[in-house]
Amino acid sequence: MTDQKPVLEARGIVKIFGQHRALDTVDFTANAGEVHALLGENGAGKSTLIKILTGAYQPDGGELLLDGAPITLRDPLHGQTYGIGTVYQEVNLLPNRSVSENLFLGRQPTRFGMVDRKRIDAAAKDLLSRYGLDIDVRAELSEYSVAVQQIVAIARAVELSGKVLVLDEPTASLDRNEVQRLFDVVRTLKAKGLAIIFITHFLDQVFDLADRVTILRNGKKVATQALNTLNTTDVVRMMLGKDVAFDHHPTALTGGPKGQVRVQFQGLSRKGLAPFDLSIHEGEVVGVAGLLGSGRTEVARLMFGVDTSDTGQITVDGHPVAIRNPAQAVAAGFGFCPEDRKLDGIFGDLSVRENIIIALQAKLGWFKALNRDDQVELAGRYAEALDIRAANHDMPVKLLSGGNQQKVILARWLAIDPTFLILDEPTRGIDVGAHAEIVRTINRLREEGLALFVISSELDEVVAYSNRIVVMRDREMVAELDGDAIAPDAIVQAIAGTQEARP
Amino acid sequence: MTRPTVDLRPIQPPLPRPRPLAHFFTRPQVIALVAVLLVNWALFPGFFTITWQDGRFFGSLIDVLNRGAPVAILAIGMTMVIATKGVDLSVGAVMAISGATAATLVTNGIPAPVAVLAALGTGILCGFWNGILVTVLEIQPIIATLVLMVAGRGLAQLITEGYIVTFSDPLLIFIGTGSFLGLPMPVIIAVVLMIAATLIVRRTALGLLIEAVGVNRSAARFAGLKANALLLIVYTFAGFCAAISGLIVAGDIRGADANNAGLWLELDAILAVVIGGTSLMGGRFSIPMAVLGALIIQSMNTGILISGFSPEFNLVVKSAVIIVILVLQSPISARLFRRLPGAQK
Repeated sequence: MTDQKPVLEARGIVKIFGQHRALDTVDFTANAGEVHALLGENGAGKSTLIKILTGAYQPDGGELLLDGAPITLRDPLHGQTYGIGTVYQEVNLLPNRSVSENLFLGRQPTRFGMVDRKRIDAAAKDLLSRYGLDIDVRAELSEYSVAVQQIVAIARAVELSGKVLVLDEPTASLDRNEVQRLFDVVRTLKAKGLAIIFITHFLDQVFDLADRVTILRNGKKVATQALNTLNTTDVVRMMLGKDVAFDHHPTALTGGPKGQVRVQFQGLSRKGLAPFDLSIHEGEVVGVAGLLGSGRTEVARLMFGVDTSDTGQITVDGHPVAIRNPAQAVAAGFGFCPEDRKLDGIFGDLSVRENIIIALQAKLGWFKALNRDDQVELAGRYAEALDIRAANHDMPVKLLSGGNQQKVILARWLAIDPTFLILDEPTRGIDVGAHAEIVRTINRLREEGLALFVISSELDEVVAYSNRIVVMRDREMVAELDGDAIAPDAIVQAIAGTQEARP
Repeated sequence: MTRPTVDLRPIQPPLPRPRPLAHFFTRPQVIALVAVLLVNWALFPGFFTITWQDGRFFGSLIDVLNRGAPVAILAIGMTMVIATKGVDLSVGAVMAISGATAATLVTNGIPAPVAVLAALGTGILCGFWNGILVTVLEIQPIIATLVLMVAGRGLAQLITEGYIVTFSDPLLIFIGTGSFLGLPMPVIIAVVLMIAATLIVRRTALGLLIEAVGVNRSAARFAGLKANALLLIVYTFAGFCAAISGLIVAGDIRGADANNAGLWLELDAILAVVIGGTSLMGGRFSIPMAVLGALIIQSMNTGILISGFSPEFNLVVKSAVIIVILVLQSPISARLFRRLPGAQK
């Protein structure tokens, strides 16, 4: 693939923020008809490079060449006129307008000065059929799944630009089938000769889709290489500059003696979720596996009182407790790291310190205020224990990377000295280094005697830290795997429903 | 596998202790207030003259404080509402209800202390009502409080039966026009309320929890905060503040005018809070800065009155000054200032 024609080329790009060199003389080339993956830990300079390639930032040094001719991009719109289009993780289209309007917004065909709706709809249908989508283009975009929205966004970007397509973490909120569907579209575009730049946190997807990879670390380029000459360990080592501590060859934990029962859920249910019984012991991690929409998150929300249960009861250390809202759950010693960190977890404008102490403060009540020294001490202790990387603890937490934000939420719950911790997708969308640390932290908390309930889509990960695995399918707990039975294959079978007959 | 012991965190010197006084005088609001006062002085040389007469101070500066007190008191309550990402449009109408309640009760022979407590009680009730609409019924604050903004004046007119109820009760008049330690009562009330409210929110956890609810209400719920209880308290407190302002305004004119008492003052209060640096997006708030904002507004009003310009001119000048202050606070100008040589440390 090396003899291909370079389309977009960046030479010696430098970008400086304040005193920080975000990019230090980085070279990057996207060839026609290739998928070029861009990898790096959070803060390595991936998004800065992308923003320069699309025109959102202007470089402080170096030059951009398109088809060999130097160009200067004023803004992404200007980049689009040169043929450079971008699709972001969060689809930035108009959810409450129709699919066809989204595709043709800003360039609607008109008839007598009026928008020609029929022509738009026909053109949209024709356009999407080329992407293997046969949907009602007159329906609102928000009625479709994120995967379909992504494909619509890609179709729009390719229509508008058509030379270079930047995909910035397009798969972060998609399930496995949806990812495959998206990849089929990308492969078609590649065959048409587009240069595709692909950014993701999922290494297996990189190996699945990309031809070459460029790896950044601390604003410098580590390597650009063809992927068929590399394996996962090489890539991870280059990204981190060290060997990862996370065991990529999971071995099941031996069942071992468990402590006392910490929390017990009996017959808990809610409309649309079958009743379940579950007891979790001291020093035990119960992992939850299942596809998206299988009811995993709903179980967690019910346990924590985010949704109120219709039936069932909860006991903590043998005493029944009423949990009708999260405040009562916190009072009972529960903690919950929600799936959507930004929406339900982080107080973006508050400081790292305040984000760490907030749950403890809520638990203590309004009148037992933690004074500043207590807060500084607590935040310092847990930031160190979890290795939270922040210049200082008075900076707004929104300035931290995703992995560090996740650790801040974890620290928030550790600060209340919990008896039971629920983690919903604790490693989603965070970089490899922080990922390994979160997994290590889960193992450490288990050893320290905490009871944990961990939901994850990554089977290897669940297997690596769970004593027991609950498998969910169709909003029901369908299987429980214990001890030696814990293995990715067995989980897949249980999810697919081939091992156990349905009750 | 052993973890590498290399610490990647940048070595950071401990932050220098902030110097509160120097910091205070470089705030755009303080600079704006000083500038407005100096302009007033240039237009009216006697502006800073304060005289002692009949056991109390007199002068334009005292007038600014006295006239600014009702809006300042509204702004104290409004700050906390806005910190929760809400707004209370009903405070002007609640002022009218409170004044009408007190005036009607005393003219019907009820002892003045009871009337005052009843007026405060109606204010609290009105605030509680707003809080219920916002929390239990989950109506957007701007709409929820619009209900009482419109209906409140009607309620006040029902209480006064459509008349301007005048009274000569010494306690009510004292609240509006009396003096203590040489300063007008409204000023004393505003200062005491400001200090008390600031101490309460900052010495307890209430301030932080209110900010947390304003920054992200969903995350607040997940973190175990009793967001609804906090919202109820905040709206109730805003109603309480409005009732105090209502008593002051009624005492000042010795009567309750259901149509005009507190008219449009909710907008002045919101403006005072925004000038004070509390964002309408919720989060960080400062009660003293909101009071300062109220003083800036009042300084402009007084300045234009005493300088002999027509009052219509007031609105234009006011909006111009406000635009300047808001631009100074905007993130864009903050970036511009940082680029100036010497501004970056």
